[in-house]
Amino acid sequence: MNAQIAAILAMDGIATGAIYVLIGIGFVLIFAVTRVIYVPFGDIAAFTALTLAALETGHVPGTVGLVIGLAVLATLLEVAARLRARRLGGLPRAMLLTLVLPLVPVLAAWLAAGRDLGMAGRVALSLALIMPVAPLLDRIVFRPVADASVLLLLTVAVVLHFGLVGLGLLFFGPEGVRTQPLTDAMFTVGGMNFSVQTLLIVAASIVFSGLLFLFFEFTLAGKALRATAANPTGARLMGIRPATTSTIAYVLASLLAGISGILIAPVTTIFYDSGFLIGLKAFVGAIIGAMASYPLTAAGAIFVGLLESFASFWSSDFKDAIVFGVLIPVLLWRSLGFRESEEETEE
Amino acid sequence: MTARRLRLLGVVAVALFALAPALVSPFSVTLLNFIGIYALVALGIVLLTGVGGMLSFGQAAFVGVAAYATAWATTAHGWSPWLGLILALVLTAAVATVVGSVTLRLGGHFLSLSTIAWGLAIYFLFGNIDALGHFTGISDVPPIAIGALSLGSGAAIFYLIWGVLIAAWLLAANLLDARQGRAIRALRGGRILVESLGIDAFRIKLATFVLAALLSALSGWLQAHMTRFVSPAPFDATAGIFYLLMAMVGGIGALGGAAVGAAIVTLLRNSIQDYLPLVAPGVAGQLEIVVFSVMFILLLQRARTGLVPLALRYLPAAKPAPVVDARPLPRRPQPPRGEPVLRVEALSRRFGGLVAVNQVSFALGAGEILGLIGPNGAGKTTMFNLITGALRADGGRVLFCGTDITRTPQRHIARAGIARTFQHVKLRPAMSALDNVLLGTYARTRAGFVAGALRLDRGEEAQARFEAMRQLRRIGLADRAFDPAGALPLANQRLLEIARALAADPVLLVLDEPAAGLRRLEKEALARLLVALRGEGLTILLVEHDMDFVMGLVDRCVVMDFGAKLCEGVPVEIRRDVRVQEAYLGSVA
Amino acid sequence: MALLSLENLWVSYGKVEAVRGVSLAIEPGEIVTVIGPNGAGKTTLLSAAMGLLPSRGAMTFDGVDLRRLDIEARVERGFCLVPETRELFANMSVADNLLLGGYARRRDAAGRRRALDEVMERFPRLAERRTQPAGTLSGGERQMLALGRALMARPRLLLLDEPSLGLAPLIVREVFHIIASLHGLGVAILLVEQNARAALETADTGHVLEAGEIVHSGPAAALMNDPKVAASYLGGR
Repeated sequence: MNAQIAAILAMDGIATGAIYVLIGIGFVLIFAVTRVIYVPFGDIAAFTALTLAALETGHVPGTVGLVIGLAVLATLLEVAARLRARRLGGLPRAMLLTLVLPLVPVLAAWLAAGRDLGMAGRVALSLALIMPVAPLLDRIVFRPVADASVLLLLTVAVVLHFGLVGLGLLFFGPEGVRTQPLTDAMFTVGGMNFSVQTLLIVAASIVFSGLLFLFFEFTLAGKALRATAANPTGARLMGIRPATTSTIAYVLASLLAGISGILIAPVTTIFYDSGFLIGLKAFVGAIIGAMASYPLTAAGAIFVGLLESFASFWSSDFKDAIVFGVLIPVLLWRSLGFRESEEETEE
Repeated sequence: MTARRLRLLGVVAVALFALAPALVSPFSVTLLNFIGIYALVALGIVLLTGVGGMLSFGQAAFVGVAAYATAWATTAHGWSPWLGLILALVLTAAVATVVGSVTLRLGGHFLSLSTIAWGLAIYFLFGNIDALGHFTGISDVPPIAIGALSLGSGAAIFYLIWGVLIAAWLLAANLLDARQGRAIRALRGGRILVESLGIDAFRIKLATFVLAALLSALSGWLQAHMTRFVSPAPFDATAGIFYLLMAMVGGIGALGGAAVGAAIVTLLRNSIQDYLPLVAPGVAGQLEIVVFSVMFILLLQRARTGLVPLALRYLPAAKPAPVVDARPLPRRPQPPRGEPVLRVEALSRRFGGLVAVNQVSFALGAGEILGLIGPNGAGKTTMFNLITGALRADGGRVLFCGTDITRTPQRHIARAGIARTFQHVKLRPAMSALDNVLLGTYARTRAGFVAGALRLDRGEEAQARFEAMRQLRRIGLADRAFDPAGALPLANQRLLEIARALAADPVLLVLDEPAAGLRRLEKEALARLLVALRGEGLTILLVEHDMDFVMGLVDRCVVMDFGAKLCEGVPVEIRRDVRVQEAYLGSVA
Repeated sequence: MALLSLENLWVSYGKVEAVRGVSLAIEPGEIVTVIGPNGAGKTTLLSAAMGLLPSRGAMTFDGVDLRRLDIEARVERGFCLVPETRELFANMSVADNLLLGGYARRRDAAGRRRALDEVMERFPRLAERRTQPAGTLSGGERQMLALGRALMARPRLLLLDEPSLGLAPLIVREVFHIIASLHGLGVAILLVEQNARAALETADTGHVLEAGEIVHSGPAAALMNDPKVAASYLGGR
């Protein structure tokens, strides 16, 4: 390997890593606020890519059916729960959140079918379509077990991933997709060619991480999210509803995952089940950040991207094995800090 | 329904089941065989996850290791399947030991996440190794033969599969009712509790992990020789989820849940494969996993305990074996009265910026009761955790009977003769009061896993039970010996912790707020018990808030405030001390 | 009409009954204290009233059945708990902790700002440390932050769990002065304390809780002079 190849590999690795950064930060965000290790998070990214591809070819994306189904189910559950508790006062607002809002992008997608929205329009619509999925799944799947142990939540998340992959096949079909490049422009620095797309990926990752930071630091809602993450009981005693914060966390995280899906779609062929491996790799980054630190997670995700890039140069068959191989020593190193804390007990 | 009628019903059911291969269609026999094979893996998951509290998504990988080992040995090298079995067991145990040694040190959900990682890694290996036929797998695996009798047919292997399953089930049940099994059942109480009983938590976890892997290996071996074909697909992550589903449907906490869960999931899967194409033609294949995910999630939301524990509630409970008189367990010699037992020298411990214990020193002689008092947050419980090794000190020394134990691991301190109770009661609520006290005898007994599973430990077990019953009698709970500890009132649970500590035959008894929540008469009884123990030469260190209780009981007091020692003396002096009144008894607002 | 009324409240952990048929009422602006030994069920009682623990029995707040309100809805109506453990947001600044205290009134930005000024005025020490993380405060300052944070919600009833816990005597005195001064704001207080003497001197009405049951009740001054109460809880002076 010469310096030139190393530089190309490094560039490639950083671009891949930047995509993992967005998903990794989403993992940390969701875990901090809800204690759910959201295994199906990569699926959200993959579904966004598939949605964008469908819009490009002028089809109604499978996301439409998925969102309609989830919205109806979540609404039914909400109505049933409120009837049982005899707290019907908040029902109109709840219906707005679980039924009307998610169906707005669905309606838009249906109206837009067959028309050319332009690149920006397609990207925006894809993001709008994917955003309700995780919050609705949260309402349907996780809220009834919100007080359960991390292990039970993890089990639910793993099972949900397999269910989502099945649904993905049902709604998106088995074909792989690769979307049009966001841009073909190239530029040259010091005798090496770089694509603007790579730059765009890195820039998007920096911009959205920065926006998230501003949200946390300067808005009451952002502070409420941090408060819930740091001390759920304390937050409830301030009147901060866990259901509200978890919905915000899922919406934000879905946005991050959606953006990474859009960034990855022109570079890699995405299938309905591609999300698992993408998610797991981003997840290695999140574990390097101990599922708690955003900057460390970002660094970890870049590290994973670089590792993957160099590993595929040495042996493309075993690149996945190498990335997961790194997970175990990382977990071990991370768990050392948890030695003195008492493990969870369940009965 | 009476117990006798139930038993009769059981016998009839078993007899019918044994005749199944002659009564039902070959396809149904095949289904039953798969149920048995899956139930073995689920049994391992019940032991590992339900009883031991270690959640694994990766058990399918162990099934695969064993299946590939025997398939490779019998096809490529022409070994007998029985040699293949030995190879499968040895290889799986080796893999499990290596994987377990690395990952079982991980806490809580990190452990479970690592099971996904190594589960995937092993699966990818199967598909990428030349000798294992890549993703096409290995075919023409020979059937198992017993002498001249080939078990090639479904009906023939039926008896082997269910024989193995029932044997594994019985051995597991025996084990859980013995010394090491109780240690496994204690694991979910947390490391602090387990190590305070002198149990090596990591060793027990590893043993449980290997045991579960061996059950998976048996399943893999049977599967390879029954289907006569091995490929990576049945050992992927989805399979791991299905095994977990089986264990959870049946009841993750009940051994019987394994077979029930395996049966339900297998039959359901079969009928879904039959009926789904009728309901949703064209997409049935995709929907299968969706349907199962939905069912699994509903199960986790609505009925986490599973079916068997639910059903057991309606059946008469099995009568526990009575405790019989036995030779007492040997006791350790107590140091002569007045001999120094515990010496704390300038002990310190910080948490972040807070100094919880600051340069505290005191000493304790054999046969003495010392009270450690002070307001809430004064550092008393931290002090206890430092002495018992549950926390590491930042500075200073602890000497026990002349030996420096400042850096000694918790379980070795427990084995050396310091037994403790906890401020927040740490009992295993689902275990009987007797079993909880039996945990205390762990360090005084030696039966291993094999002895427990084969019931070779009954002599020692009788001694331990006799000892535990003696301690229960002492605290006045003998009549509740077989009730779950969690069903006792809180005050009795505190007493039960004392009985558990006494069952360890300690030199020094360390009690954290033993009288909290007790009523007056109960407090008097507790005080009498502690005085009697002192009379037998036991040394006692206790934290307590009730001043009347403390002052009437202890020989001396050490008063702590803000992590530091305020003063030390006999109760009369302490009561008179102005500083103590200010700090502890409540100042005038 | 009583502001808060608990009738025949039972709380159990599994099969263990921690609170056994407790009834009590608090009038608007009144300070009521519940004293008793460790493990008597005092904290359990407050947690159940707040909705952190399930319980049986009737609970009304300002005429509304509390069972129809979740914890957050109770906070929005001015029913606030300062728990024994304080539950501060340790990594966040003093100012952020206070801001979050006003979350229940998030649509009233002006009112929140006013409340923040008032709290800073009442607790000058918090004003000095407004940018410091809450985790770096001393025990007394933490208790003040916890009280100040609760006041940000403009409570009508404050449940205080062991506000003197782990504090040096001098600080304890200060904390009780603050509690007494809240009286002037018209805030009703349910005070749970181990420091029985200080609690009874501050309160209007007192109850003694033992093993989950109220064994003595009466005006605080009368309880102070009750020889039985004095012998058990007032440290034999």
